[in-house]
This record gives sequence, structure tokens and C-alpha cells, in this order.
Amino acid sequence: MNKEFSVIGKSVIREDAFDKVTGKAKFADDYKFDEMLYAKMIRIKATHAKINSIDFSEIENQKDIYVITANDVKGKNLVGLIKHDQPIFCNEKVVTPGDVIAMIVGEDEDKLEHLAKKVKVNFTPLPTLTDPTKALDPDSVLIHPEEKSNLIIHHPLRKGDIEKGFSESDEILEQTYTTQLIEHAYIEPESVIAIPKEDGIKIIGSIQNPFTTRRIVSLATDLPLEKIEVIQAQLGGSFGGKDDTMCILSARAAVASLKTNKPIKIKYTREESILESYKRHPYILNYKVGYTKDGKIKAMKIDILADGGAYCSMSPFVTWRTVVQATGPYEIENVHTDVRAVYTNNPYTGAMRGFGSPQPIFAQESLMDEIAIRLGITPDEIRRINGYKNGSVTATGQKLQNHDVNILTVLNKAVALTNFSNKWKEYKKEKSVLNEYEFEKPILKKNKFIDPKKLYQKGIGLAVSFRGCSLGAEGLDETYCYMSIEKNGLVKMLTGLAENGQGLRTTLIITAAETLGIIPDKIQFLETNTSLIKDSGPTVASRGTIMGTGSVKNAAEILKERLIKIVKKGFHLDDNDVIDFRENLVFSRKKGLLTNFDFVCQLALEQKENLTAIGYYKSPEVHWNEHNGQGDAYFTYVYGCQVAEVTVNIGTGEVFLNKITAVHDPGTVINRLGALGQIFGGVTQGAGYGIFEEITHEDGMIRELNFDQYLIPTAKDIDEIKPYFVEGNDIYGGYGAKSLGEPTLELTAAAIANAIRNATGKRFFNLPINLEELVLGKKIRPQNLNRGSL
Amino acid sequence: MKIKFYLNKKEIEIEVDPTIRLIDLLREKLNLTGTKEGCSIGECGACTVIVDGKAINSCLMLAYQVDGCNVITIEGISEDGKLHPLQENFLKTGAIQCGFCTPGMIMSAYALLLENPNPTEEEIKDAIAGNLCRCTGYKQIIDAIEVSAKELKG
Ligand code: FES
Ligand code: FES
Repeated sequence: MNKEFSVIGKSVIREDAFDKVTGKAKFADDYKFDEMLYAKMIRIKATHAKINSIDFSEIENQKDIYVITANDVKGKNLVGLIKHDQPIFCNEKVVTPGDVIAMIVGEDEDKLEHLAKKVKVNFTPLPTLTDPTKALDPDSVLIHPEEKSNLIIHHPLRKGDIEKGFSESDEILEQTYTTQLIEHAYIEPESVIAIPKEDGIKIIGSIQNPFTTRRIVSLATDLPLEKIEVIQAQLGGSFGGKDDTMCILSARAAVASLKTNKPIKIKYTREESILESYKRHPYILNYKVGYTKDGKIKAMKIDILADGGAYCSMSPFVTWRTVVQATGPYEIENVHTDVRAVYTNNPYTGAMRGFGSPQPIFAQESLMDEIAIRLGITPDEIRRINGYKNGSVTATGQKLQNHDVNILTVLNKAVALTNFSNKWKEYKKEKSVLNEYEFEKPILKKNKFIDPKKLYQKGIGLAVSFRGCSLGAEGLDETYCYMSIEKNGLVKMLTGLAENGQGLRTTLIITAAETLGIIPDKIQFLETNTSLIKDSGPTVASRGTIMGTGSVKNAAEILKERLIKIVKKGFHLDDNDVIDFRENLVFSRKKGLLTNFDFVCQLALEQKENLTAIGYYKSPEVHWNEHNGQGDAYFTYVYGCQVAEVTVNIGTGEVFLNKITAVHDPGTVINRLGALGQIFGGVTQGAGYGIFEEITHEDGMIRELNFDQYLIPTAKDIDEIKPYFVEGNDIYGGYGAKSLGEPTLELTAAAIANAIRNATGKRFFNLPINLEELVLGKKIRPQNLNRGSL
Repeated sequence: MKIKFYLNKKEIEIEVDPTIRLIDLLREKLNLTGTKEGCSIGECGACTVIVDGKAINSCLMLAYQVDGCNVITIEGISEDGKLHPLQENFLKTGAIQCGFCTPGMIMSAYALLLENPNPTEEEIKDAIAGNLCRCTGYKQIIDAIEVSAKELKG
């Protein structure tokens, strides 16, 4: 494919950046309206309880205070993106501590805070289920009795003959890994305003998917879709996290606004945000692998349990990606996988950047390193033996074709850039250099004192992954783009894909600029508004770029065709002449420079040429057999390899991240600045997942409700991040651009875990590998939930 | 109570409730919504503004405490419609994704450069260690501050 572009691949400043550096950008909480009221949530301190009664008598006589309960929900009180199992107001029971029972509404936020304490909720605690491994026991508590079981979903996958595979193996290795619950930790907490309109309602909020929000608000209010207008404010980070929660918050605000006929604002504190919003699934992963002496993997049996928490949310899709990718990018003849997600009373889990991939990658990449160590080869060698090549067949029986299968290319590049194999052999430990503590006698004997010269141990580790692009067999995959050209040559465009803060609009502007041969400044992106454009599906699964560029390019090409006709007529050119648009100028192959873009647009409009177009892009067909997990799961894939170089303080357990080298094949890089930003940001989030972050709970009650206890990486936590792109060819999307947002995040924790193994000689099976895990081999939790800021 | 202070170089006099925080005064009363609130407990730095040359968390300061002080917010650092070099370089280096941390980040950097026109990379990291950013991984932010320091020295 021709990868010579004029705008694509260069660094372009984001279209919204000016407003963001001057403080003018309007985030949801920055909007204010006359007569606006605030809403305060009523919750109880219970993990699982039946609500007997709610007594508002102490506040009923208060002037201008409104009480909003499930009775005010005119439509359905039970909603959800996949299953309708989540109440807007929990009037019958709560199944997790974030649940909201009712809301009080008034003018003064401080007063509401005070009044909320006077609402008396009488409830009966129910037995709780917080251990996902017990969720499927026959005598287990049922979280949603109407579902008859705590099983949310089960995805089986069967390929080849697993027993035959094990019998052909020389060695079999079986390991169990666990990953933790983590929080998206977008820096902007949730906020939304519902404003009554003549015959409907308008919603402005920190909303990831305006179309989904509109659907849920419609369900709750019983208003038809066209009477609900949803506008996305500047979004202060989402990472998959401002979907379900924001739909429900929007519905609550809408219900209150319809009742009071006033604008209603809900803004969450950080504590409420962490308490109520969904998180990343904790997984328990069992892997059994059979391999030959030459390092060829013959069989892999995988059993994964995901804690879905109290509601279904996106669990079925998250775990579906897991079942597709659970073996990693390795060609294995015999695979037998079961992935299950279950209900518990824990905080619920849903979409988060990575979406079911960081967990299996941690397991499978740890395992690959262990096999290499047992066989006396290096981690890159074992991956070369088993890694996908062009035409390889995946665990789902899909043949990889129509794109460069670049897993070994990114691996080799990363290995060369970091001098991996030599360093790995140099740092390698034959046995663990960590002290083994006895819990009863935590005092070290003298012969166990750490030699100060050996306190710091270096290590290097790598991880690789393949990742299916866009939704795959999860659902309908198409996008629309409306584009029009004004007579001064200004291009306006609108897509049904929402910006999530990652810079998608800029990427799409560049695509249009490239196609039309103009500079990006001439293109204006209109606000995403559900009343103006058809739903293009959610901005999830790193589908924004691959799907968005497809429809934008299509719209721009339609317009360009029309302009070419005008040019040929206006300049009396031969029919077979070729017209090029470059940097706002228009050229004929035969006559050279003709004129500029603006002039052609003016000409076109004078001649009443229609300069509006709708671009459309639909992904190629994918198919899936849910009984055996076989099929073409995604229409194309991206590949990545990350290498972590660390120094471990074996006395304190601190891991210093010296350097992360990230080599990714995202197809074509559209905006270099944006792409680099995705790598820096993704790696940093991945590192937090690897060594710091964890939401823990005591019988479902979360301990870490703010950034004083929930630690995310700061500017001081990673020394160096080195991004590198391998731009593979692909026939799909606009200009072969695929995705990058999630691949950058999913590998880092696994690479760090392997580096820690290399540094210490000890394998860690449970994320995060924080100080306690490293030194004591277990997690330590505070006993007391009381904290200063609540 | 009545307080008098300089806000973005203009003197203002205003009646404030002694219990409200500086961030509320700025965002709610004065409509300067460029200053953001991310945690309300002094951990995220999104609410950073400059008081008498020092970066402070406006969620931790009471409004009346700025009586007689010189306060600068993100709205007050560009002059005559021209962006401050920090703003300009945040744009150019790609230091912005969602932009929610950006005002606070720029104000911390602004305070650093007031005090130390020649910061090393370590000093820059120290200065923004109290500003959380979940999107960018900080690298392009550090670049932006480094370049700005050089430009400001001329
Ligand atoms: S809001 Fe002030 S530090 Fe977070
Ligand atoms: S750019 Fe999103 S938090 Fe910093």
C-alpha cells in the first residue's frame, strides 16, 4: 500500500486544544442554567439488603425540596446496556453499596447534604456473596433471583482434541493467576444536567456514548427517542467508564427534571464516583499448557472466572474478547477454554480500556516466560517458535489474512531496540533472591540480612499481544459521516462517533484533509448531538479510528468526485485528465496548477452542485458459533510488543520503572502526536495496573474511595517510555488505520511482571505486584474502613 | 465578610461566606470555570491556582484567605489574546488529551517557572507530582514545560 501522505502521519494539534489550554473548554460541571437545582443521592450502608420502607417525613415540609423515587420513573426502572437488571432507583433492595435508593433535589447543595441524613431507610440485611468462586454453588445467595442463577455468561471454546494434545506433550505446566479490581480514575468525576424543553428533554453531560444514553433515558422516561436530545460536553477522560453509570445518572436527572420542570444537575464527588461507577473485572485464571522439548505448544486448557459484580453491564462482551484472545498470539492446535462471568454483591464491572484483555495477557505471558525458563531458552525464542505468522489459524479457527500479521516483526524490533536477550541472560537468577518471611516471626535472622550491594536488582521482561479490532462478532458495526462544503471552501463534518478525550475528532479531520487535499484548519467538526446524526455505535473497542476513518474517507471521496467533475467542466479539461488536490491547490496532470480549492467550491455552488454527502462504512462480515467458540471473530487484528526494564529494591519491594519500550503496529498512524500520546498514556495506565492500583473491599464496601488511597501513577513513576511504530498494511478502514488506544495498555503489566521475575528469580501470580506482594507474598489490607475525608 | 484581592491582575472586592472554599468562589461566584475539581481533598491538583506566586490547591483554601493576595488562574495567564508560552507548548507537544488536568498542570508549571526559570527534568517532575493526569502519561507535559522554560529565558 502507498504510505506516502501529505497530512496523515504528521503531528497535528488537536482541534479542541486551544479551548483546553485557556480554560474555556466546557466540561459538564461548567454548565449552569437559571433556576437549576442539584440532586443528592440517598444510599444506605449495606451490601445486600431488602428495603422495607423509606421515610421522608422529616424533610417533607421543607420548602422547595423535592423527593425523587422509583415512583417517579414513568417508564422502566430496570435498565442496562445488555440485560435490563440495573434499577435507576433501588426501591426494593440494594445489591451493592453504590446503589441509590432515592434522590432529593433542591437549590442549595450544602443544605441537601444535611437533609439527606434525615431520610430514614428501614432495611433488612441479606446474606452477602462477595467471593466469585462461590457464586455458582447450589446453595449460593442469588443476586438477581429472577435470573435463577448467578451465571451472567459462559463462553466455551473448543478446538482440536485437548487430551491428544496433552498426550503428545513432553511437559505439562499448570498455573493459576489472579488480577484485581481497578478503577478507571478519569480525573473528571461524573456530571450531568437535564433541562426540560417544550416537549421533551435535553441532556448535557460527561457522557461517553450519547446514543446509548438517549436510549436509556427514553426507556426510563417513556419519551420517544426524538424528544430526547443528548449533548456530550467536553469529556474529562472515560477509558470506557462513562457509559452505564452516565446513562443511569442521566436518567435520574431526566426523571427529576420532568417532575420539577427545572434544570437538574447531578455532580459526583470523587467518593461517589468510585463508590458507584463500574470497574475492571477481577479474573481468576487457570492455565494448563502442554509443550514439547522443542518449545512447541501442543495444548492449552484455560478456565477463567470473571467477577461481574452486582450487574451484568458489559460482562458478556468483555469476557467474549477474553475467550477469543486467551491463548495469546500463538498458534496452538488443541485449545479448550471456558470463560464465565458471575454476579456477586461486589462493585459491578464493565467496560474499561483493555476490555477483557489485560487479564489473560498477564497470565499467558507469565506462562510463556516460565516455559522458556524451564526449557532453557529466552522469552523471545519461545515466542518465535509459537507466534502467529501470515496464514496462521487462531484458537477460534480463524485464518489470519488480508493484513500483515506482524507479531514477530514487533517482537524482533523490540528485542533489537532493547538488546533484550543479552540483558535478560545477564540479569537472570537461578533461584529467588527475595527473603522468605515467616508471618509469625517477622524478624530477620542475621544470616538473612540483605547485603546492601545486592539491594537493587535489575530485570528485563517482555510481553506480546494480538488484538481484534472494533466490535467483532459483538454486534452491528457501521459508521456514518455527514460532510458539507461551504462556498468559502470550509468543510463541516459530523459523525455519530463520540470524542472521548483521546483526540478522535482530530484523527477524523486529518483523514478528511488527506482525501480532499486541504489543510486540517479548513475543517470544522460539529458537536455530537443525537438529534442531528444517525447512531454510529459506541466509541468503544478502539473502533473510533478504524470505523470512523472509513466513513469519513467515503464522504470526502463522494464530494471530491463531484468537485472533479466541476473542475473538468470549468477548465475545459479532457475526460481522461487526472485531477489532484494537494495543500488547498488543484492540479491537472496535463496542464499543471489550475486554481485553489476555495475557488472550485465556489464554482460548484454557483452551479448548484450538491456539496453535502453522507459517508458510510460497514465492517466486513464476521461470524461466531457460540457453542464451540469457532469463527472469524474480528475482521482484522493489531499487534504489539512491550519491553519493561526495572530495578527492584528487594528490601522494600519497590519496583522502579526505568524504561518501557512499546512497539506497536496500529496499521497506519494518522496523527503522530495523538498516537504517541496514546502510547504514553496507555503504558502509564498499564503500569499502574501492574504495580500500584487496586480497589479492595470489606464485604463489598470499598476501602479506596479517593486518590489519597487509590494510587495512580504520577509524573515521577516511570522514567522513560520509548514508543516505536511498525506500520503494517491492511485493506480495511480509511488508509489502513486500525487501533491503538487499548493495545498500548494491555501489555505493560505483563511485561513488568516478567521483568520482576527476571530481577528477583521469583514468579508473581497476583496483580498488582505492590510492595507487600513482592516482599511478603501476600496483600495487606487495613482493618478499618473509616477514613478522614468521608 | 468582605474581601479584596487581585484576581488575574484586576483588583476585586467581594462579599464571601467565610465557609466557602476558594474553588467555589472562583467557579460558582465568579464563573471562572477553567479551574477544575477532581478530588476535593488536595490529591489531584486539578484545582491548582497561584496565590502570591505559589501553586496551591484551591479546594483546600478558604475563599477569605486570599484577602489581600494576588491570585492567578488559567484564565489570567495569556496576555492581549496571546497565549502564554506554556499554553502554546502544551498545544504543540501534544500534552493535552481530555484536558481536564490541563489548567491545573499549567498553573503548577507556571509557579515552577516563576521560582525556577532553569528547572531540570527532575525538578519539573517534582513540581507536577501533585497533578494527576490519567490520559497522557506525563511525558509530553514534561516536554512542554522544558521547551517553555527555554523560550522564556529567551
Ligand atoms: S480538587 Fe483540589 S486537589 Fe483535587
Ligand atoms: S489530559 Fe486527561 S487527565 Fe490529563
